[in-house]
Amino acid sequence: MGGLAMALDSRIPSGPLAEKWDKHKFDMKLVNPANKRRYSVIVVGSGLAGASAAASLAEMGYQVKCFCVQDSPRRAHSIAAQGGINAAKNYANDGDSVQRLFYDTIKGGDFRSREANVYRLAQVSVDIIDQCAAQGVPFAREYGGLLANRSFGGALVSRTFYARGQTGQQLLLGAYQALSRQIGLGKVKMLPRTEMLDLVVVNGNARGIVARDLVTGKIESHSASAVVLATGGYSNVFFLSTNAKGCNTTAIWRAHKKGAFFANPCYTQIHPTCIPQAGEHQSKLTLMSESLRNDGRVWVPKNAGDKRSPDQIPESDRDYYLERLYPTYGNLAPRDISSRAAKRVCDEGRGVGPGGRGVYLDLADAMKRLGEKTVRERYGNLFDMYERIAGENPYKVPMRIYPAPHYTMGGLWVDYNLMSNLPGLFVVGEANFSDHGANRLGASALMQGLADGYFILPNTIGQYFASMKRDPVTAEHPEFKKAEQDLKSQIDQVLAARGKKTVLAFHRELGKVIWDYCGMARTETSLRKALAIIPALRDEFKKNVDVTGSAGDFNQALEQAGRVADYLEFAELLCQDALHRNESCGGHFREEFQTEEGEARRDDANYSYVAAWEYAGAGKPETLHKEPLTFENVHLQQRSYK
Amino acid sequence: MNLTLRVWRQKNAQEAGKLVSYVASDVSPDMSFLEMLDVVNEHLIQKGEEPIAFDSDCREGICGMCSLVINGVPHGAQVQKGTATCQLHMRKFKDGDVITIEPWRARAFPVIKDLVCNRSAFDRIIQAGGFVSINTGGAPDANAIPIAKRDADRAMDAAACIGCGACVAACKNASAMLFVAAKVSHLSQLPQGQVEAKDRVRQMVARMDEEGFGSCSNQSECQAVCPKEIPVDFIAQMNREYLKSSV
Repeated sequence: MGGLAMALDSRIPSGPLAEKWDKHKFDMKLVNPANKRRYSVIVVGSGLAGASAAASLAEMGYQVKCFCVQDSPRRAHSIAAQGGINAAKNYANDGDSVQRLFYDTIKGGDFRSREANVYRLAQVSVDIIDQCAAQGVPFAREYGGLLANRSFGGALVSRTFYARGQTGQQLLLGAYQALSRQIGLGKVKMLPRTEMLDLVVVNGNARGIVARDLVTGKIESHSASAVVLATGGYSNVFFLSTNAKGCNTTAIWRAHKKGAFFANPCYTQIHPTCIPQAGEHQSKLTLMSESLRNDGRVWVPKNAGDKRSPDQIPESDRDYYLERLYPTYGNLAPRDISSRAAKRVCDEGRGVGPGGRGVYLDLADAMKRLGEKTVRERYGNLFDMYERIAGENPYKVPMRIYPAPHYTMGGLWVDYNLMSNLPGLFVVGEANFSDHGANRLGASALMQGLADGYFILPNTIGQYFASMKRDPVTAEHPEFKKAEQDLKSQIDQVLAARGKKTVLAFHRELGKVIWDYCGMARTETSLRKALAIIPALRDEFKKNVDVTGSAGDFNQALEQAGRVADYLEFAELLCQDALHRNESCGGHFREEFQTEEGEARRDDANYSYVAAWEYAGAGKPETLHKEPLTFENVHLQQRSYK
Repeated sequence: MNLTLRVWRQKNAQEAGKLVSYVASDVSPDMSFLEMLDVVNEHLIQKGEEPIAFDSDCREGICGMCSLVINGVPHGAQVQKGTATCQLHMRKFKDGDVITIEPWRARAFPVIKDLVCNRSAFDRIIQAGGFVSINTGGAPDANAIPIAKRDADRAMDAAACIGCGACVAACKNASAMLFVAAKVSHLSQLPQGQVEAKDRVRQMVARMDEEGFGSCSNQSECQAVCPKEIPVDFIAQMNREYLKSSV
């Protein structure tokens, strides 16, 4: 076990919190500009973190190959982020600062993230806005020409920058355009419709990937000096989530099976404002931006079983429960707290809409106060989207919302340099576990993705190159050939099964188990149930999955089969982690551990650590490594938004 | 409801394709169009057939991946304007309807399989100049350059393009003018994009022509099907930018 303490060294620089990043940048070794072209980097994923990393690394002179599963890097799911991006600019003159963004994020994450990482995130947040504005991102502006801000959950200042309801789209297009420029210059080789299916480790270092060309089915190896995973989160383990259909855990899960530790998988975020499920056929859930909570009021009928239409329910019979329970933050209470409050009122029989799983998000007061025109200007596209999906006009009837899986704070373990425990394997964006602790605040995902890709990784990766021995490894290395062979036989097995159940049916079944037993609220009993079902479902998948078509062809069912097979393995670790963490914190709510008011009760004495899991082989329990979290600059307390 | 689908099936880019009929039964009006196809595909797999290949990802109208021509119109815009295919719901159709589903058809967008086509020509147009040439780091404070709200808003109107290619699919000349105009206008509307405005428009237009897109038909079919309802005014703006670039 001697080497393990080494392996989990978070490499947080010494010195005062506010000086760590600058000090670290100075202390790191540099790569001679003329030598940068001798190093090659594989970037998997082209969302905010991947595209910004690929573009920035290429600008610096590294040779970059970037992979994505979509037909274009512009389609990564970052594009769907609606509300905004946080930055400690204090343009609103309302008392914001790097320190406050740091504190809000640490507190929002329920004191389960690293101080040093979060502080750095708050520091570079200001550079992100400058960078994006210079790229031509059309942020919202005030009439005087300066940037506009709004508030988001978990904050009492206005620090969220936005581009209508399409902030993620505009930031991603900024990064995509920077990436496109490098592709055009021949500095990045882009491989769209290509899926990473394995990580290749040579002599303990990550040295490349094996990928499948999704059009021809060809399996190919790609070697490099380092590999960067920017492949997003694992919310689709729930089947129904707000993630795109293609979002998957395959890249990080397969890297995990090659030795990378998986940290805090049980920290999953359930977003409070999604359009409720309409039926069994549903393929995904759609988010209504949290920005609506700036002007919207959330309520349910006071009395259980009140079936009157909302306009027939007088004020006196309504319960604006977020305003009642959390008067300070009100409708802007953080996501985990708002989601659980919605679940509670629905469990009490006060939910609205089909099946009673919904609460009202009502903008009637805002329309009276601001006029319909202003509301239309702020939220028009969201209202239109709601009307198309729900078939109701939100200008007339309050919207119905319900929580849905949205983001995953857990991910591959990384040190301060964003490098996993496998040297040469870097992980950025949602794919890593680094900055959000047990709960992410709204408008912080875009911030973290771009911080990692534009400003952190390009600095830290050089240190790795400068200290590694140059040791050329080509894709002809036996480790690559072995990985290719293993993959081909896995694919052949899936196609040979010809069972009776489709991949989609398995995914739906798994999703229901995880949502019911490891969703918004978890208990030891529910988790043990899930842990009994998952292995059986996985065995059934092997024998009974039905995938048609061939391996050497464009075959979407086969792509999905690989991803669902990985979810069937990953789900077990998710539940294992949730079971081991005998406390409630952020997005991880264990019913056994709550205060009298039903809020999360942390156990700082025993669980103030990052749980990093090491793969131990098929069917074997994973090994837990703990990275203790120390807080020197904030005082741990029970989160209160009252 | 019960529907008859006539779906374009094509094994790959080399082989010829044809329309094949399928029955979609017990379709719920609350399903999205793509969820209806998911159900059809489940049945096809269970019958041992290959499912219908179609592109989709976010299924909330923003990634631009889904790309179906429904009864002759991209994204089914004759049924519901201003949305991508993924946000079209079956409540817009009637029991007994016959629905023809085809891929985008344009020389610059060759079919890969069934309803999936290759739109990388769009990426190459952006690579030719659809950006502001700045590296990471060293940008001035974001408030250093004020931008009039109307300019920022107009830039955003153009930048809303999701790059789906419906504009090309709707045009009888398979012109990419609306797509290119949206990016040219977005960037030329802002001070940050002014520096390279002349080179940008020339390079992007040249690449558009090289990729085999046709000329503008001036019939505004592109605007009619655009899921983001990007107006053809931007084509006029691009033409102005193009003219300006030669003086």
